[in-house]
Amino acid sequence: MKSGSRTLRGLALLAGISTAGILTAGWAHAEDAAHTCDVPAYLLTSESSLPKVADVVKSGQPLTILVVGSRSSTIAGSEGSAYPARLQAALKEKLPQVPINLSVELQTSKTAEDAVGSLVKLVEAKKPTLVIWQTGTVDAMRSVDPDDFRGAVDEGVVALQKAGADVVLINLQYSPRTETMISAPPYLDSMRVVAQQHDVPLFDRFAIMRHWNDAGDFDLFSTSHGVDMAKNVHGCLGRALSKFVIDTAHLGPPQQN
Amino acid sequence: MAGQAPSEAKAALAKDDAMIVSAPAITLPAVGERELRLDLFRGLALWLIFIDHLPPNILTWFTIRNYGFSDATEIFIFISGYTAAFVYGRAMLQAGFVVATARILRRVWQIYVAHVFLFTIFLAEISYVATSFENPLYSEEMGIMDFLKQPDVTIVQALLLRFRPVNMDVLPLYIVLMLFLPIILWLMKWKADVTLALSVLLYALTWHFDWYLTAYPNGVWFFNPLAWQLMFVFGAWCALGGAQRMSRILSSPVTLWVCFAYLFAAFCVTLTWHVPQLGHLMPRRLEQWMYPIDKTNLDVLRFAHFLALAAITVRFLPKDWSGLKSPWLRPLILCGQHSLEIFCLGVFLAFAGHFVLAEISGGAVLHAVVSVCGILIMWGMASVISWYKHSADKGASKTKSTGGNADLVGGSA
Repeated sequence: MKSGSRTLRGLALLAGISTAGILTAGWAHAEDAAHTCDVPAYLLTSESSLPKVADVVKSGQPLTILVVGSRSSTIAGSEGSAYPARLQAALKEKLPQVPINLSVELQTSKTAEDAVGSLVKLVEAKKPTLVIWQTGTVDAMRSVDPDDFRGAVDEGVVALQKAGADVVLINLQYSPRTETMISAPPYLDSMRVVAQQHDVPLFDRFAIMRHWNDAGDFDLFSTSHGVDMAKNVHGCLGRALSKFVIDTAHLGPPQQN
Repeated sequence: MAGQAPSEAKAALAKDDAMIVSAPAITLPAVGERELRLDLFRGLALWLIFIDHLPPNILTWFTIRNYGFSDATEIFIFISGYTAAFVYGRAMLQAGFVVATARILRRVWQIYVAHVFLFTIFLAEISYVATSFENPLYSEEMGIMDFLKQPDVTIVQALLLRFRPVNMDVLPLYIVLMLFLPIILWLMKWKADVTLALSVLLYALTWHFDWYLTAYPNGVWFFNPLAWQLMFVFGAWCALGGAQRMSRILSSPVTLWVCFAYLFAAFCVTLTWHVPQLGHLMPRRLEQWMYPIDKTNLDVLRFAHFLALAAITVRFLPKDWSGLKSPWLRPLILCGQHSLEIFCLGVFLAFAGHFVLAEISGGAVLHAVVSVCGILIMWGMASVISWYKHSADKGASKTKSTGGNADLVGGSA
């Protein structure tokens, strides 16, 4: 199946990978220091666009973003360090002229099908320009029929578009420790298909995190109980997501506008 | 997608009908020489399944799923159908329906026990992970361990084959297919082509009405037996004379070129998965028609891809190819000859490999080393089993009846 790109990495990376643990530990203290978590350009490129976000930003109106997601969209006890908050901070930094209102709606242990019902109400209440919908994890854990999952995501995306919002989909986390227990590929594929069909940008969190793991930026196999790595990963995800949103909406650097 | 499958299936059906004017009773190939090609490719399938179950590494690039639609599962199920029909079909002709059924059921029991054994190991592994792993980044994913809180239900559901962890889907499929083998063989004895037609019909109906088997706690069987039976029955049909009757079609140059063209097209499509930069070259219409390529229900594209691969293999790799006796292919053939044991070992080694890689935060080299070690262990085990069979158990085997060559089905009887 379409299980995503499997990047062949040079042996030269070995040194980096084997020391990744040490480096991660070393950087854990400097939480906001730029963690080297580069994302290859192809993982942040989308053919789809975000026309409504582009309009709002160009006309200088406030940009309202709604993040809908499950528990992997937050860090228990440190919500301020989770990727939605980091996204907001990064957007403020990159688009200083635009007020950014971001709210997060957590739908803990809800499948895509469960979530769809409340999506429209949420959008009517908050009138966001952009809805970032993170889904798939709960469905994969419950091994929901991939067809049903695809149908639900499809329905959700259509409803959001009808309600007048731009949509970005976010897929599962790369979680190597639970790889023998959770089968992600069918759900990753389904989301890719829906994104393609409705011309919606997909933020490929799975591929990005796997890239970081392979490249040695993070050791995602780590059994660490601390919250530092989670904060760092979310920081990197937030920054990558801000870049993805800005690029996809073709906002470019402000000075060129 | 579901709408197209029946029409394609019908086309395939018509082709089958046209191919065979009169359906003779089943013909069995002569006894004697083992079909080493079957062992070779089953061994290969076992290695590939093992590699595909490990986290991606350099060796993953050698697995066929990266170059087309079908993967090792198709090969494994096809050859299983082929050998099972070959061995038990003979038993059915010689000893009758009841005896053949009894032998098949004994085989089913062995596979079932193997599955339960693997489940036990799996349970131990994830219990360990559940107690030792508390990374806050994955607090949501760790919810998968919740089933450990009610082992009573989970274990019973596993015994009923309804609870299957990831990578443990093939054996339950195999068990169900083997359970129905007596009926399949009985029908084949009557009219092989009608049996194949019925199988195609069941496949088409499964797609049309979206039939499936439910799993525990929710979801469906990852390999839908109602669809995958087509691969198994097709294997059986080929074993019982179908392959011979198809030989005219297989040797035609048109078939060859169609196969090559299809494989090339499939290769180009898979290329766009690995090199997302090429994604824009794919026509949208084609993407919308084609995706998703459904593994659960054995997508027609996958089945066709397997057919093309098989047709080309049969054509360029004759039965009496001298390479089959070469020591270089010996490890593969040995593994293929003891497929049940080696399959189980492969699943276990994949668990163990995950474990090693998780404990020693692994780099690319370690990943590759784990894969290679696993394959060496599989080879070693196959040699030991083979030694048992041919040397240690020699005295016993002399007194055994020669009725069914269980060795060919991939394990001891």
